[in-house]
Amino acid sequence: MESSNVRVLVLRSAGTNCDRELVLAFQKAGAEVVALHINRLMANPGQLADYQILAIPGGFSYGDDIASGKILANQLLRHLRDPLRRWVQDGKLIIGICNGFQALVKAGLLPGPMPQLSPDDLFTATLAPNSHARFEDRWVRLASQSNICKWIPAGRSLYLPIAHGEGRFLVRRPEVLAALRSNDQIVLQYVTADGMPAAEFPDNPNGSAAAIAGICDITGRVLGLMPHPERFTDSLVHPFWSRCARAPSPDGMEFFLHAVHFVRGGMAVTMKT
Amino acid sequence: MAVYRIEVHPLHSSDDPTGAAVLAEIRQLGMAEVHAVRTARVFLLQAPPAALGEEQVRRIAHELLCDPVIERPVLGHEAPGSGRLIEVHLKPGVMDPVAASTEMAIGDLLDMSATNGEPAVQVRTGRRYVLAGHLTADAAALIARRLLANESIEQVYFEPLVPNEFPQGRSREFRRVEVPIRTLSPEELQSLSRRGHLFLDLTEMQTIQNYFRSLDRDPTDAELETLAQSWSEHCVHKTLKARIEFTHHPAADGAGDHHEHHAPGDTVQIIDNLVQSTIFRATSELARPWTLSVFRDNAGVMAFDDQYAVCMKVETHNRPSAIEPYGGAATGIGGCIRDVLGTGGGARPIACTDIFCFADPQTPGEQLPAGVIHPRRIAQRVVAGVRDYGNRMGIPTVNGAIYFDQRYIGNPLVFCGTLGILPRHLAAKGAAQPGDHIILIGGRTGRDGIHGATFSSDVVTDKHGDEFSHAVQIGNAITQKKMLDVLLQARDCSGGPLYHAITDCGAGGLSSAVGEMGEKTGATVELDRVPLKYQGLDYAEIWISEAQERMVLAVAPRNVAPLLELAAAEDVEATNIGVFDGSGRLTLHYQGHVVAVLDMNFIHGGLPRPTRKAVWQEPVLAEARRAEISSPRDYAATLTSLLATPTIASKHWIIRQYDHEVQAATVLKPLVGPDGDGPGDAAVLCPVPGSRRGLALAIGCQPRFGDIDPYQMALNGIDEAIRNVVCVGGDPAHTALLDNFCWPKCSDPIHLGALVLACQACYDGAKAFGTPFISGKDSLSNEFIAENGRRICIPYTLLISALSVVPDVSRCVTMDAKQAGDHLLIVGNTAWDMGGSYYWALEGHLGRCVPKVNLATAPQVHRIVAGLIHQGLVRCAHDLSEGGLAVALAEMLFAGRLGARVDLAAVPRAQNADADDVLLFSESPTRYLLEVSAEHFDTVVRSLRGLCFGVLGRITEQPNLVIRSAHAGYLMDEPVENFRRAWRGPLDWSV
Repeated sequence: MESSNVRVLVLRSAGTNCDRELVLAFQKAGAEVVALHINRLMANPGQLADYQILAIPGGFSYGDDIASGKILANQLLRHLRDPLRRWVQDGKLIIGICNGFQALVKAGLLPGPMPQLSPDDLFTATLAPNSHARFEDRWVRLASQSNICKWIPAGRSLYLPIAHGEGRFLVRRPEVLAALRSNDQIVLQYVTADGMPAAEFPDNPNGSAAAIAGICDITGRVLGLMPHPERFTDSLVHPFWSRCARAPSPDGMEFFLHAVHFVRGGMAVTMKT
Repeated sequence: MAVYRIEVHPLHSSDDPTGAAVLAEIRQLGMAEVHAVRTARVFLLQAPPAALGEEQVRRIAHELLCDPVIERPVLGHEAPGSGRLIEVHLKPGVMDPVAASTEMAIGDLLDMSATNGEPAVQVRTGRRYVLAGHLTADAAALIARRLLANESIEQVYFEPLVPNEFPQGRSREFRRVEVPIRTLSPEELQSLSRRGHLFLDLTEMQTIQNYFRSLDRDPTDAELETLAQSWSEHCVHKTLKARIEFTHHPAADGAGDHHEHHAPGDTVQIIDNLVQSTIFRATSELARPWTLSVFRDNAGVMAFDDQYAVCMKVETHNRPSAIEPYGGAATGIGGCIRDVLGTGGGARPIACTDIFCFADPQTPGEQLPAGVIHPRRIAQRVVAGVRDYGNRMGIPTVNGAIYFDQRYIGNPLVFCGTLGILPRHLAAKGAAQPGDHIILIGGRTGRDGIHGATFSSDVVTDKHGDEFSHAVQIGNAITQKKMLDVLLQARDCSGGPLYHAITDCGAGGLSSAVGEMGEKTGATVELDRVPLKYQGLDYAEIWISEAQERMVLAVAPRNVAPLLELAAAEDVEATNIGVFDGSGRLTLHYQGHVVAVLDMNFIHGGLPRPTRKAVWQEPVLAEARRAEISSPRDYAATLTSLLATPTIASKHWIIRQYDHEVQAATVLKPLVGPDGDGPGDAAVLCPVPGSRRGLALAIGCQPRFGDIDPYQMALNGIDEAIRNVVCVGGDPAHTALLDNFCWPKCSDPIHLGALVLACQACYDGAKAFGTPFISGKDSLSNEFIAENGRRICIPYTLLISALSVVPDVSRCVTMDAKQAGDHLLIVGNTAWDMGGSYYWALEGHLGRCVPKVNLATAPQVHRIVAGLIHQGLVRCAHDLSEGGLAVALAEMLFAGRLGARVDLAAVPRAQNADADDVLLFSESPTRYLLEVSAEHFDTVVRSLRGLCFGVLGRITEQPNLVIRSAHAGYLMDEPVENFRRAWRGPLDWSV
């Protein structure tokens, strides 16, 4: 058995609705998980010290009123900016899934500071309404390709569900995209059946620039993604498992297993110093 | 007070998805003169001038309201340029969730906290459209009315709205209102009922009159309202519980009106309590050990495994959806979710279903009766309402259907179902204890939804939209989600549940919720403690408001503080509004005055039960002759037309807008097959982590058969619902049913007669199949009276929902064909059941020979097919329903991207069903299409011995459907892709 416990904080707010399955996914990966309401964290940010992974689940925080994830982002910025900066500097991990991704982007934590841009230039990307202007639930093919991301290694082909109305990844200026590329921050892309970055619906389900489905910060420790890995931790939720010869492998687990593994390794190093 | 205005525009007018979508809809109206639509969001802020300066408004605009990557803010308003400007703002008092969230976020941004629940900066929101192109003011007004605004809740402006001040509710001077009822004549009583929107009949009004005569005083308005709410059809289902004298004319002679006189050969039956003697009776006689709580709680409860129970409720929200489809549908699903949350000791919602009945979305605009919203618009807004509420709640919407018929034009039907799971020991309905406090939790109370319960109990007219706009409710899903989170904590915390009883504050508002919960104990309520959205409500309005997202709890004194604390921690409002006092009376206080005192016994036992007349006379219908419907010359073309019939066509445009996978337990999704475009028969959930036990959810509904025979309509619906759950792996021996009757007004004896027959079918079906009903609901005045006085009654519509335990979800199968070389089998007998078939409907025929369910043989067919699936011997199963064998074959094959060679000679059939078109398109019940591998073929054939079945042919790699006539030659050899395209097109509203 592993000696060190990996502790995960799943952050809830009004309208979070993917927290239960996210807790289960981390538990399946061997972590200890606590789901905490943001009110309680804002009242006592010091609690963050007890955890190594912060996970912001999907849902409709505050109804996605104004824009998706915006009000939650506002809370993170107003009440938790410094603790979260320290968190990242301390080598800890963050994942934002769907609404969590939207909140991280709108709080300026993703793509985060980039050497190519001025340090204050934090609001460089967004997740806009899907190009067809509808909420869309479907499974998508993805390719992972970042060598720095601690959540998923490059070179994986993944099949995961998306379910969102505002997932179209856009950048403010072309040089942001170039920087994301050169910093190896593009973690996941929507791909076609033959593995090429997808430009068209439905392979690219929302019209994202460069088929981007997920990005990380320059440390590789903060990941945001529109697809829902926590929804595919059991073969039987695969959309056509009943016609597969072998039980499909639950691709979503990869993220949670890698993160827990990384923290175990990382913590061992930390303890030596 | 100062008011500021901020507009948020797309940064690039080329990137305006909302504008593009509106433009597409304008094009559909046939208005080519508009060549672009530019949209913007409008925020109006109000604060004391000292509290909010220009700089802060700028910050709000830039940092909060505007996404700098895709948007730009404008302080004040931008000139519309050459286009026509239309602005849409909510009317004062209408729920505006965005405004509420924005107020909170502004407080956060500027460090300005709310005082007494009033935000430092008040917000109202609106939408702005600029229509570019040469269009007249009238054309702009038409677009605004048809597409952009609903005037029952919204106000349209043709210039930028910059009010000097927000409209404010003003507190009203208290005035205790007594209604002098004791001296009224019968005519005056009826007029009072009508004027006051009480919807009580004369006998009921007289009963109330006598009660107050015996008390020697007149009622207050609150007392009268309490009785009207509690005695409404919506709340007590007085028709289904009535004493009925039922006359059945055995055969139609085509002459005269038999309503009033008995004729020779009639049978006359006295039914003491219709629902008790049919639906409830079946359940009680079946006495399944797994039915835990039926017909006494907000939802029916059945056992799931040793630890958990599941409960289900299906509701309709037809009237509100006719007037304001978005809000009506959203609050329909919202109310149903609260019913489940308020079942037993509180259940966690795990799935939703939605079933709609609309008129043809292609109906030409000029054929619409006045006061009616276009069916396509209704469909789109209803879907949006279900989507926005269900998705925000985080409950997967997994199953549904749409039925199209022109008679739903003024009275669409919106059924919402919710499934919940709860610990088994909390399955029973809780009871308030004397001394318990009355805790109101969730949203605030406003004037919204007043008279919803009574309004839903009457017929809609073309004026209803105006007269009853206050009955329309707009939901705020996040308020409800927060409440759900808190209530489940209050249930599961140590020492929990922190309440003795919990119920939804739905139709009839506090009046119904407190009235029902306090039936045995009595209650005293302090109405001035109820938190209000705005000033200006009088005490009676507070008492009957149907404002959404509220629930009522009975809480022991020691648990009040812990419960209020849990709520406060997550910004949920919970208020102690009174006590269940043990008096046996309902007492209402307001500002120190007693405004109502009623005996609980009279509220709950005083409703008179008159005898109602019901008559059934078989309709005079002509059977189409062979000569009228010649066999199709081109079978593939006929099949293509059937697949493109809206009721049969693909619903993917809708399904994919619902999150059907949140909670990560949807094992079979509504769309199946390798490309996710096959219509699954039922959804399957696997709700308990670590367990393989599942639940299948499906429906059956056959409104068109009701035009011929309501009895067979109901039986066919039951058989279809069971077929659907069996197809995926459900266990017919552990299947519960729910009934939802939507009927025209039952004061017409014929309609009541049809209802009697349908209820009798429910009894017979439930008994024969061993499938008890666990919950049901009725909506019995679904008619529309058009401007010209024309009365449009909906078809008799009985929705049957089936909830079935799946012993092991890893044995589930889907309807998509799996493997070339496999055998195709049909199980069940095909007869000349062409009456009400979609095939005959293509030719405009109804017919008389409605499909008949054989209750002697059907249960065995379901059982054996279910057994084969459980043993893993079947690779794919699909039920035969609308469009018969041909449609089922096409769907199975295109979903699996495979073909088949089929020989109709192998179809087991009745003597009268020898023709190819009958074999392909008859809608005989209790039939399945199965795919079986060569390996299991012999075993399956052995198991089916004794049943009607046939080996139709084999699945082929070549994706064509090849059908050989039962007599000579081939009927078709057609690529299944053509069928798929025809099926996908009609309701694909993507463009």
